[in-house]
Amino acid sequence: MKSAPFKYYVPSEIDEALELLYQLGDEAKILAGGQSLVPMLNYRLLSPANLLDINRVSELKRYSLTDEGLKIGAGVRQREIELSPEIELAFPVLHQALTNVAHVQIRNRGTICGSLAHADSAAELPSVMVALGAQMVIRSGVGVRAVKAEEFFKFHLTSDLEPAEILTEVHVPKLPAKTVGAFEEVTRRKGDFALVGAALLGQWDANGQIQNCRIVCSGVAPVPLRLRFAEDIVNGTDLSDQVLVNVQQSVMDSLDPTEDIHTSSHYRKIVTGVVVRRGLSRLVDQRGAANGSR
Amino acid sequence: MAVDESRADPVEDKSWISVTINGSKQDYLVEQRLSLADFIRNQVGLKGTHLGCEHGSCGACTVIIDDRAVRSCLMFAVQSDGSSIETVEGLAIDGVLSPLQESFQANHALQCGFCTSGFLMSLVARLREGPIDTESEAREALSGNICRCTGYSGMVAAILEQSNSIQGIKENS
Repeated sequence: MKSAPFKYYVPSEIDEALELLYQLGDEAKILAGGQSLVPMLNYRLLSPANLLDINRVSELKRYSLTDEGLKIGAGVRQREIELSPEIELAFPVLHQALTNVAHVQIRNRGTICGSLAHADSAAELPSVMVALGAQMVIRSGVGVRAVKAEEFFKFHLTSDLEPAEILTEVHVPKLPAKTVGAFEEVTRRKGDFALVGAALLGQWDANGQIQNCRIVCSGVAPVPLRLRFAEDIVNGTDLSDQVLVNVQQSVMDSLDPTEDIHTSSHYRKIVTGVVVRRGLSRLVDQRGAANGSR
Repeated sequence: MAVDESRADPVEDKSWISVTINGSKQDYLVEQRLSLADFIRNQVGLKGTHLGCEHGSCGACTVIIDDRAVRSCLMFAVQSDGSSIETVEGLAIDGVLSPLQESFQANHALQCGFCTSGFLMSLVARLREGPIDTESEAREALSGNICRCTGYSGMVAAILEQSNSIQGIKENS
């Protein structure tokens, strides 16, 4: 189980990387953390003629947390973001999601942007970025464009990226005041891809009602799935036990999740209802805290 | 597995890297598609790093690079240029086992030993971040590696014993 031979390029500047990518086109794969790509190379599911290693592009190895939000470059490891206390405070849901991504040994190498570009529909980061309303910053030799996370994921393992483009950065906008969030998932074993995951965000208003709730699930569809019908049920309610029961039932009645080697569609549907209900319960737990500073 | 080398240009498909392995720095000419794990085993000759699944699931190949535990099957050797690599061979000094290795032995934390070097390197990196005080923390620390014969109870006992003795030393000093 060894990778097939490839030509190895290791640019140190982003412009050099983009120029190389333009020349090599779809004959090249971008190597960032390699935690999804290298297994595929080892299995020879992929044997690209060229590998473009962006790990030496210093410009991509930065992240910043400002009043506008969080910007994460394509070279930033998942573990770096997980270990930042400031980011945990500003985006607790992102931190929770990250602690569920594989194992620490994988997060030490794996990048945030790499996981997004890989676009695995069962992965944690795509669904959490959709919930957070993140923007993907995509560069090519001819320019820069930004794509909303919700429009970036096209299908399982397929994103909006063109062959000559690199996802250079993800922007997570600052959350509104008093935002609460939760990330829940059910896995067969610790560190596995979840059968179903759910990223939830919302704000408690002065009357004790949840507003602007976002519920985004992984593992149930070929892309992160925003459950707008469930959001409509919960918005403007106090998330009482009865509301939670109603949402859980509605999720089970409405979804037709993916069936695969890991589980049946029927079981996944039940698990989705449970995961969404648990996530909403976590928002309830934070009702008091949200009336504090944020 | 036999590999067709005919496509490979013997000069262009290799790169010089400079790495520090268990404290000793050296330059190597590596084939670019060579995994870090195969490099450590076959080119450096340190066979304590084992390969189980070769796709990042089992953790047997775990080594420490620049203070972080990583899967050496999911990196190419060429990517380690300039870094400091620690393998299981670096744990014992002059044939004397490290305290964690001693605890593994005393608590029957291994049977066949195939997975042990990966577990040890994961735990060494984890223990540098702070002590492991509870069984649940110990199991979390073990979760990225797989053992298929002995199980994890002995390892949990070894970790807790080890962490307690580190705590004891700190409190007594």
